[in-house]
Order: sequence, then C-alpha cells, then structure tokens
Amino acid sequence: MSLAAETPAVPGANEQHEPAHGWRLFFIWLVLALAAGLVIWFVWYPHLPPGRMSSSASHQQFDIAVLAIGAAPVVIGVVLYFGYAIVVWRARPGDDSDGPPIHGNTRVQAAWIIGTAVIVMGLFVFGTVELVVPAGAGAGEGPAPIWKLAGTHSATWTPGTSTILQVQVIGQQWAWTYRYPQFGGMESTELYLPLDTPIEFHVTSLDVIHSFWAYQLGVKADANPAVDNVAYTSPKQLGTFVVRCSELCGLWHGAMFNYGHVVSGTAFQAWASGVQAKEQSVGVLAALPPYALTYDPTVIPQLGKEMTQVVGVTGAPGLYYGPGNPVTP
Amino acid sequence: MAIEIQPERAEPTGRGPEAAGGRPWWQRPGVHTGLIGAVAGYFLGHWLGNMLGGFYARSSLADTNDVAIVLGYTFGTIGWLAGLGVFNDLLGTMLGRPLPAHEMGRTEPGLVKYFQFTLNHKVVGIQYLYGMIAYFLTGGLFAMAIRTELLSPTYHIIGPEQYLMVVGEHGTMMMMMMSSVVLGPFGQYFGPIMIGSKRVAFPRLEALGFWLTPAAYIILLSAVLMGGFPTGWTGYEPLATQATQGMDAYFFAFGLMGISMILAGFNMIVTIINYRAPGMRWSRLPMFVWSMFGVSFLQVLAVPVLVGACYMALTDRTFQTAFFTNQLGGSSYLYENLFWFFGHPEVYILALPGFGIMSEVISVFCRKPLFGYRVMVAGVLGVGILSFFVWQHHLFDSGINPDMRPLFMLTTELISIPTGFIFLVAMGTFWRAKIRFTIPMLFALAFYFNFLIGGISGVFVSDVPADTTEHGSFFVMAHFHYTIMGGLIFAFFGGLYYWLPKMLGIKLNETLGKIHFWTMFIFFNSTFLPLFALGIMGMPRRVFEYAHNLQTLNVWVSISAFLLGVSMLIFLINFVMSVTFWRVRAEPNPWRARSLEWQLPTPVPLENFMRVPVILSSPYDYGDPNALPVADLNPPPGVIAAAYAPAATGLEA
Repeated sequence: MSLAAETPAVPGANEQHEPAHGWRLFFIWLVLALAAGLVIWFVWYPHLPPGRMSSSASHQQFDIAVLAIGAAPVVIGVVLYFGYAIVVWRARPGDDSDGPPIHGNTRVQAAWIIGTAVIVMGLFVFGTVELVVPAGAGAGEGPAPIWKLAGTHSATWTPGTSTILQVQVIGQQWAWTYRYPQFGGMESTELYLPLDTPIEFHVTSLDVIHSFWAYQLGVKADANPAVDNVAYTSPKQLGTFVVRCSELCGLWHGAMFNYGHVVSGTAFQAWASGVQAKEQSVGVLAALPPYALTYDPTVIPQLGKEMTQVVGVTGAPGLYYGPGNPVTP
Repeated sequence: MAIEIQPERAEPTGRGPEAAGGRPWWQRPGVHTGLIGAVAGYFLGHWLGNMLGGFYARSSLADTNDVAIVLGYTFGTIGWLAGLGVFNDLLGTMLGRPLPAHEMGRTEPGLVKYFQFTLNHKVVGIQYLYGMIAYFLTGGLFAMAIRTELLSPTYHIIGPEQYLMVVGEHGTMMMMMMSSVVLGPFGQYFGPIMIGSKRVAFPRLEALGFWLTPAAYIILLSAVLMGGFPTGWTGYEPLATQATQGMDAYFFAFGLMGISMILAGFNMIVTIINYRAPGMRWSRLPMFVWSMFGVSFLQVLAVPVLVGACYMALTDRTFQTAFFTNQLGGSSYLYENLFWFFGHPEVYILALPGFGIMSEVISVFCRKPLFGYRVMVAGVLGVGILSFFVWQHHLFDSGINPDMRPLFMLTTELISIPTGFIFLVAMGTFWRAKIRFTIPMLFALAFYFNFLIGGISGVFVSDVPADTTEHGSFFVMAHFHYTIMGGLIFAFFGGLYYWLPKMLGIKLNETLGKIHFWTMFIFFNSTFLPLFALGIMGMPRRVFEYAHNLQTLNVWVSISAFLLGVSMLIFLINFVMSVTFWRVRAEPNPWRARSLEWQLPTPVPLENFMRVPVILSSPYDYGDPNALPVADLNPPPGVIAAAYAPAATGLEA
C-alpha cells in the first residue's frame, strides 16, 4: 500500500530520456491491487476459515479477510517492482558499466517510513478493537478475564435466558473431558453447546500443557496444570465442530481430538439434564472430585489423604486417573 | 582504541616456532585426543552420577538416572575440550610458561589445522562452514522423515514415538545449530577482514565457540539413543520434566550451544568496536558487519536467559527442584517466558545475517551504491532492539496477562517498520540498476520474495484475533520456515556462492549452481506455501495424524519436500565435486566487487593484510567515477601512527 505512494517520486528529474517507471508501476499496481482486493472480499472471504459458527469465529474470519486485503497490495507491489526491475533494468550482454550512483532519496525514505508507520498504527488499532469487541476474540484470557461476554452468572442454566453457560475443559494426556458446573458438575467426553448462548470456557489441565482448540468455534486456550484459563464465545450455527489439542503434549498429541456439537437450547438442556441424572444414579457424580477451577491429580480427596508419591511428575511413567475410576490409574 | 598498530610488520614466514617443532599431528592435541577425552570424561561423569544420584533418582523405565547422564555430558564436554588442548595455554600461563609467540603461530599448511584448536579466524570460519553444512543436512534428513510420516493421515511409517523424536531433533537441530550458520562461517572469516583487521579480539573464545558446536551436535543426536525427547524444539515444561533421559540431551546441548553463541557474539562485538582499521568509520562499515554487530548483541543479551532456563530445567530433572512444576510451587509460565525471551531474539539472530549478506550481494550485482545506507543500519538495529519486547506474542492464548496483549501486538507490528526498511533499501538499490543475474543475485531475489511472504504472514500472526486460529497450527510453521529457511538459508547459500571463491579459492560449478537454485526456490515454495492453507484449515503442529480431507495437500507438500531434499543433494554434489575434484581456481575478485575482502589476494594471507590498511571510502560507491578505492592496502610507514596522533589529519577511526 505504502509502495504506491512513493514509487512515483523515485525517478531522478534530471534524466529526461528515462520513461516514467514510477507512474507505469503505479498504474499496473493500482489495477492489480484493486482486483485482488475485490476478489478477496467477494470470492474468498465467505469461504475463509474458520467460518461463522460462532461470534469469535466470524470475527476471526473477518480479521483474516481484512488482513489479506491489506497484505495483497503490499505483496503485489513488491513482487511487481522486483519483476519490473529484473526485466527493465537487467544488464544487457556486453554492458559492463555501473548503475547511477544514487545513494538515497530523502523524500522516498521519509514517505516510506511515515507510510509504514501509519499502516502499523492502523493495524494495531484494528487488532485491538477486534480483540476487545468479541470479548477476547476467543483466546484464553487466564483466570481473571478482562474482556467478557454480556450475560448473567447463575448456579443453574435454562434456555432462553441471558445466563452464561459455564463449561470446564479438562485436558489430560491424551483426552479432553468437559464438566458442566450448572448441571451438578456432571462430566462428559462429548462437548455439547447450546445455540446463541454466551459460553464461558474454563480450561485447565491435569498434567502437562495442552491447548484447547475448538477449530470451527474460533476458540483457543492453553490448558495449564493448576491454572484456570477462561475463554468466551457464542455459537451462532447448529452443527458439529472439531476439538484438537494444539500444544505438543507428548506421545499421542496427534490423536488428541474429539468432536463437539452445537444444538438448540432445549435440546442441550435435555441432553445435559439426562447426563446429570444418569451420572447421579450410577454414582459417578459422587465419585468425581467436587467441581473446582483447577485440580491436583496428586491429591485424591475421596481417599481423605494426599498421595505422597508424586509419580508422573519426574521421569516415571505417567499415572493419571480416569474419570470413571478416580482411585486406580 | 586497542588496535594493533604494526603496519610495518611483514607476514611471518616462519609459520610459528612450535609448529616448526616438528611433532607429528597425532602427538599434538586435535580431534582424536578430544574424542579420547570426551569418552573418558563421559564414563567418569556417568560413574560419578550413579554414585551420587543412583539411589534416589533412578528411573524404572531406563534403568539409569538423569544425574548420571547430565554429569556424563558435563565431564564428557570438559574432556573433549581438554583433549583438544583448549586449556593448554591457560594452564601454561598459570604455571608461568610463556605463551606462543603469536596467537596465529600454530597455523600450518595442510589440513591438520582444521582438526585442531586453531586460533586463526579464517581457519575457524572454514571449520564452521563445514560444521554448519553437516548440521544443516542432518536437520534436513529429519525433515524428510517428518514428511514421510505425514504422507498418510492414519497409516504410520515411523509411529508417534519416533515421530516426536524426529520432530524434536529436526526443530532443535535447525533452530539451535543454525543460529551460527552465518555468524560462524562468514562472520568469523570475513568480519575481521571487512573491518581491515589482522585478527579478532579473542581468538581463543572464538575457537572455543566453534569447538563447542560439535559437542552440542553429538549430545543432541545422542537423544536418539534414549528415545528422543517429546517436546519439540521448545522444550515446554512440565512435559519436559515428565520426559525420559533424551530430554537431558536436549537441555544440555541447547545450553552448550547457547554458551557457544555468547562467546562468538562477545568476540564479534569487541572485534568490531576495537579492531576497525583507520578510516573505517561507523558510516563506512559494510552492512554485513553491521548485521553481525546486531546479531552479536542479540546473542550476548538474549542467550544467557536460555542457558539459565536450560540449567533450571536440568536441576528440575536431576536435583528434584521444582522451578517449572505448578503443583510444587513452580510455574510452567516461567519456562515459557524464559524460553521465548530468548526465543524471539533468536528468530532475529537467524534473520539479521540474511539482511547483511543480501545487502552486500545486491549492491555488487546491481552495480549501484546501497540505497539509504543509514536507513538500512537503522533497520538492522531497530529490528534487533525491538525483538526484545515482543516475546509474549508466543503466549497470546496461554492465559497469561490478557491486558498485555494489545501492547505485545503493537510491539510485534512495530517490527514491520524496520523490516520494511530492508525492503526499501533493496527496492531503492534495484532502481535503474544494471542487474547481473549471478547465482548469489538469484538467491538474493529469492530471499526478498520469501522474506516478503514470511513477513506478511507474520502480520497475520501478530494480530491477536487472527492468531487465535493460526496459533500453534501449520500456519505458524509455514510462517517461520519462510523467514528462516526462505530468509536465512537462502541468504546462506547466496553468501556461499558469493564468498567461496575467496574462502577456498575455488568456484562452484555454475550450471549445477543454477539447477540447485531453481529447484530449491521452486520446491521451497511448493513445500511451504500449502502449509499456510493446511494450518488455517485446522492442522495443528507436531501431529502425526490429521484430518482425511487434508491428505491431498499433505502429500503434495511431502513430495515437494523430497524434491527440495534432492535440490540439497545437487548442492552437496556440486560442493563436494567443486571443492575436492574439479577445483576451478577463482580470480581474486571475480565479481569486481569494491568491498575490502575482495581486494585481498586468494588465498588470503595468514594475517590478512601485510599492513593495516587505511580505509578511504564506502564499499558501496559503485558507479561514481570520482570514488576513491575502498582502501589503501599499503599505506606508507607512519600514516597509521599519524592517524592516531592527537591532531589527526582527516582520518578517524
């Protein structure tokens, strides 16, 4: 973008016979850049990942499109310039002479510096707005989030209200589990979310660092052991999405994924209440550690004592506790 | 200014007294004695470790303990250095023996000097050259293995455990060893020559810096014997604490290489400040030297943080400290911060040398002065300084300090201003130039193209919302391969084709060189451009399984990567044949370049210059019929002394 502003200024005025390279470049660049911008906006943008399944995803899609529209003229300008240069200014065979001794051009340099500075400040303002408006853009904000989705906190969740649904995401080698504190702290290996509802993810880990990446939802938050990492989104489309671990977490990192579903509010409530009732009746809820923002897998509260042997932390085979049986690894 | 003022000193003919002593090579310290020392040291350390830690730190998995491994590496390294004779002069001085008459006196004809602790910066440069090519090709072979495994989304050729090992070895080999790929060969060889110096400031530190790299290389590779390490090149905690003994190799090797980088950087800074010839003003310093200067500061200031982090991680694993274990009062964020406080400057340790080499190359082959020299200097220094203030952009999703995100987004994007200077200078230099399409120039053009893609994709990653999708995915992987391989490695090859006629006195075959360039450029882009798409379509880094719909692209990338490997093979054939068998002699100045190193005869004399030269003008004054030659290589006696007299006559240092 900045390129066009100063290329016309480059030609030395004293060289009358030289064609106006700058203007030539500028017009070719203008046409190509406009075309690229239009193609990106109308053809590419609707298909750009990560799609529009949630509020944060559609913001990210918009951001990537805007950045691409900003980037295309720069790439086109630089490539066009070098392409033009190697065609027009290559040394003809037998020409052993040197080029003109141009040491610099204050106007060009100043324009370039100001131009890039303006672009960068624009990018910064745009990025900050797009970070604040969609409540942290789906990125993990740590235990004390400063950009939050609108909604009320409540101990229970019912469809059709503005209550935020809390979902705890627990990473461990090499599986994701989800707990729903508003449904008795019930636990599931499948992630169900209601449509058009502000969701508050609490991401934590039992062992090493994982990263919760709900790809189509545009949510990514690292799961750190003993840390509660909060991220927000609001699903806008029904359907299935993929959850992958995006931080290397050991042997089966590549296989650490499962699926999530966005369903209607009533369907979600039916599903969640059903799971809660079932886990209540078979005793899973009683066996689970009480809902907390972080867990220490070396402490099993049901046993009434702390595990003294900290295995899995140093060099030994990792022993981790399945949700079905919190006592025996 | 501690410049060696010996203009009247002729080149020493005696080749040094102790070399003339006539002991055969196998009776003098060298690689062979170093290896003996390394093996002996390793077993001593291992035994000691078992005595000390065998009762509380034994792993049931490997029937060994981390203390033994780490002490084995420690003593092995000390034994390696002692066997090489690194400590001989030190001990001799302590015992009151006189030092060798001249620090470069040990240089001798023949190949033996390359296998010894030699104090000549040109020998060290060539040692680095061969070492770096070997390390680079090793890392490249691991990349071939990665792409082989990724040919299929579910069918496994090497399986998850070996896959992680290969990923870790590839990443660490490239990021840690390649940090010296330019500062090592070209910086050590041409840095002193380009500032008109006969020597470097600290030849022992410089040589030690090189001889630590084979140790780091072997130790890093030794992780393979223990099943590798599962963390990739970042070594994140607490996964690293959980890993088996291969992790010790990673931390020890990285720490060792860190020390090598600090020593090399320190020597380079002091040499550039203090050993410039008279007339080599800061405003005449070649851009390559400026970039070495910037890189050296980054190394000296950033790498100690890494060495500290590696040391803490090793004590976590051996002495059972808990710096990085959250549940025991440590913090996994601490490691991430320490690592990336080093890790981001490291990225520019890898990028800046490319800027420097390419400035030299484009000026020569455009036959024009560098456009906006001061802007370029500001670009190199600005990138270097800003790189210390951006590291948290690696932690945008980690849950640390959300309020810092706009700030780190700003600092990251600010880096594109000085990076833009690099492009301004290149484009200005190309303006109405007389472009010669030599092989170094082709690499320069490819460098600017690749770095453009790398830089622009960096803007995407710096934007926090867009980064939420791109972070930790193949997009980021493609981004840094464009900046590091597309930038640094292309610059390295460009520099190799450019400077080899001076370093080794031979020319690489031009036809093979052009085939090498075109295959490398085409297949590099064909390998890494689709990775942007893969990343944004949801493929995380370092996975051995991926979604079925991504297979076509992955197969395409793998085949391109294999062809990129073939391109490296072409280079290797060209290099080996040209250097060993064909040996086409190069003229002293085949490119008609102005800069100082090309004014010297080939091979470069032992002390570079017969007399300390007097620098008369900028190395970039092409096309100016009134320009003075770059230096007076044979100033009349007395000129140098006059230059340092209180009332200097227009010449300043």
